[in-house]
Amino acid sequence: MTALRHDLNLARPDDVYNLIVDAHKGLDDAQCRAFDARLILLLANQVGDEAAIREAVDAALAGLVPTA
Amino acid sequence: MGSYVYPRYAYVPPPELTVGACVASTYPVVIVGAGLVGLTLALDLALKGVPVTVLDEDDTVSIGSRSICQAQRTLEIWHRLGVADRMVAKGVTWDTGEVYVGDRQVYRFNMQPDPGQRFPAFINLQQYYCEQFLVERCGEVAGVDLRFRNKVIDVRPGNDHVAVDVHTPDGRYTLRAAWLVACDGVRSAVRTLLKLPYEGEVFDDQFLIADIRMRADLPNIRKYWFYPPFHPQNSVLLHRQADDVLRVDFQLGRDADAEAERRIEAIDRRLGVMFGPAARWDHEWSSVYKFTCRTLPRFVHGRVIFAGDAAHVVSPFGARGGNSGVQDADNLGWKLALVVQGIAPASLLESYSHERVQAARENIRQSTRSTDFITPKFPASRVLRDAVLDLARDFPFARAMVNSGRLSRPTGCSDSPLHAGGAAEDWGPAPPPGDVLPDAPLADDNDIWATEAVAGRFAVVTFADTPDGLPSDAAARLAAPFPVACLAVMRDAGARPAGWDALHDTKGMLARRCDARPGTTYLVRPDQVIAGRWRALDLAALAAGLRRAAGLVEG
Repeated sequence: MTALRHDLNLARPDDVYNLIVDAHKGLDDAQCRAFDARLILLLANQVGDEAAIREAVDAALAGLVPTA
Repeated sequence: MGSYVYPRYAYVPPPELTVGACVASTYPVVIVGAGLVGLTLALDLALKGVPVTVLDEDDTVSIGSRSICQAQRTLEIWHRLGVADRMVAKGVTWDTGEVYVGDRQVYRFNMQPDPGQRFPAFINLQQYYCEQFLVERCGEVAGVDLRFRNKVIDVRPGNDHVAVDVHTPDGRYTLRAAWLVACDGVRSAVRTLLKLPYEGEVFDDQFLIADIRMRADLPNIRKYWFYPPFHPQNSVLLHRQADDVLRVDFQLGRDADAEAERRIEAIDRRLGVMFGPAARWDHEWSSVYKFTCRTLPRFVHGRVIFAGDAAHVVSPFGARGGNSGVQDADNLGWKLALVVQGIAPASLLESYSHERVQAARENIRQSTRSTDFITPKFPASRVLRDAVLDLARDFPFARAMVNSGRLSRPTGCSDSPLHAGGAAEDWGPAPPPGDVLPDAPLADDNDIWATEAVAGRFAVVTFADTPDGLPSDAAARLAAPFPVACLAVMRDAGARPAGWDALHDTKGMLARRCDARPGTTYLVRPDQVIAGRWRALDLAALAAGLRRAAGLVEG
């Protein structure tokens, strides 16, 4: 793992966290999944670094055991 | 229950109900509530020469530990009133917090990373001790008339006074107050009598505070667990207080049965799981509560002024209740004194409302965010919260998002009408107008601090290399109708410029914290809030800034 940042890269992490949480307000489950998917794709394009995105995918999968 | 012996303060029949006693026709300032906020304001006003009458329905201090985290800014204010060292000696000093997920530490923060300050980031001291020490200090100061077992039963605002009906063991009397300050807590009788709206929200999750007395070899660290093994569904806070008392705060969830949870056997069961079968403790105080965030939209209503929990209330994780109330008193005291003394117009008090409503809204914003993190309110927010906790194990960036309460710092007032417009010069990291002037040790032996030298009256603080350029008639040229301290910060411990009090910043620490160069000048209010700053000593600009800061000109 080298491409993915581990350290804080946001000046106001509480603001960004709450921005994302608040965006989900009032959405049902399916809408939340649609929102999350769009946000992921937008941010992936912004990141633009395939190696970093691969590492992020692996980190996000950690501990999740497929059940289907 | 409990180890603390509650003092009983004597009821003295008021002069209004005493035959032959001299009765004032109008009292300049009457404070309702002898709690942290009312007592702080009473001491501040009395020390500024304004006599105060304090009415309290009870005859003792806070029942229960309640507000335990006393912040650095609160200690600086109490130090000015002559009572902080006693608090620090009795309290538990701390600056570090640790956050755990399960049994693993994911985050550790230090509230005072830059040492060299007169007071620590926090002490933990039970509210009853703080109030007791404040009451005892009132006894040493001329001008505080503390009236216990005097309960306010009606308030009738007039144009130039407020009539207050008071009930006592000897019956009822009426007094007239030129200014009435309600510091009577979250269930404020004054606010209720005036039927003022108390806007905000109550959150559904319930919490249990169990304050216990237990010998435990614990460090002075605030510990917070999400999903700990001893309380796996929810979160727990653990914090030390004076006298081997521990604050344990269990999140119970929405559906908990408050009556059942309040029982000693139920509390003992939870503590037994947490501390193990061998541990022994005595109960000090307990409470089941919900998070609440409310504020009055304005704190000044004619001649009735609100401060502390009577004006605003936040959830407790963040130490923003008592501390923001003491800052209310600090903001109000000097303004009310100038108005009562006829120096400033009553409109100055509107700036108190403006600045402290802004502070209350910031505290509520921070507190609501912590509340939302600790008790996510809808499924997606819980998924995101748990994702942050999962990622926090391996990713430092996520640790910064873990929010178990962002702890109280002095709240700035960035757009105050009292402050001079921002100068165009660029400033490095240093507090801007609206923030409190930083503390730093002065002279070599660290026995004088900036927070002691710059407090209690207006001050011009200028940084100089040499006495050249420091006019000896500066004070006269400022021509303010109130005392102004002229303070010159110099590295040379032998400097004695004429007409100025020298602050010997031999280590250059104050200059660094103020991003100062020779000529840099701060204008500081009596509550240590910066009212303006310039890169050169300009007495005309300072004179105008002083008039504006005292409300003598329209902003």
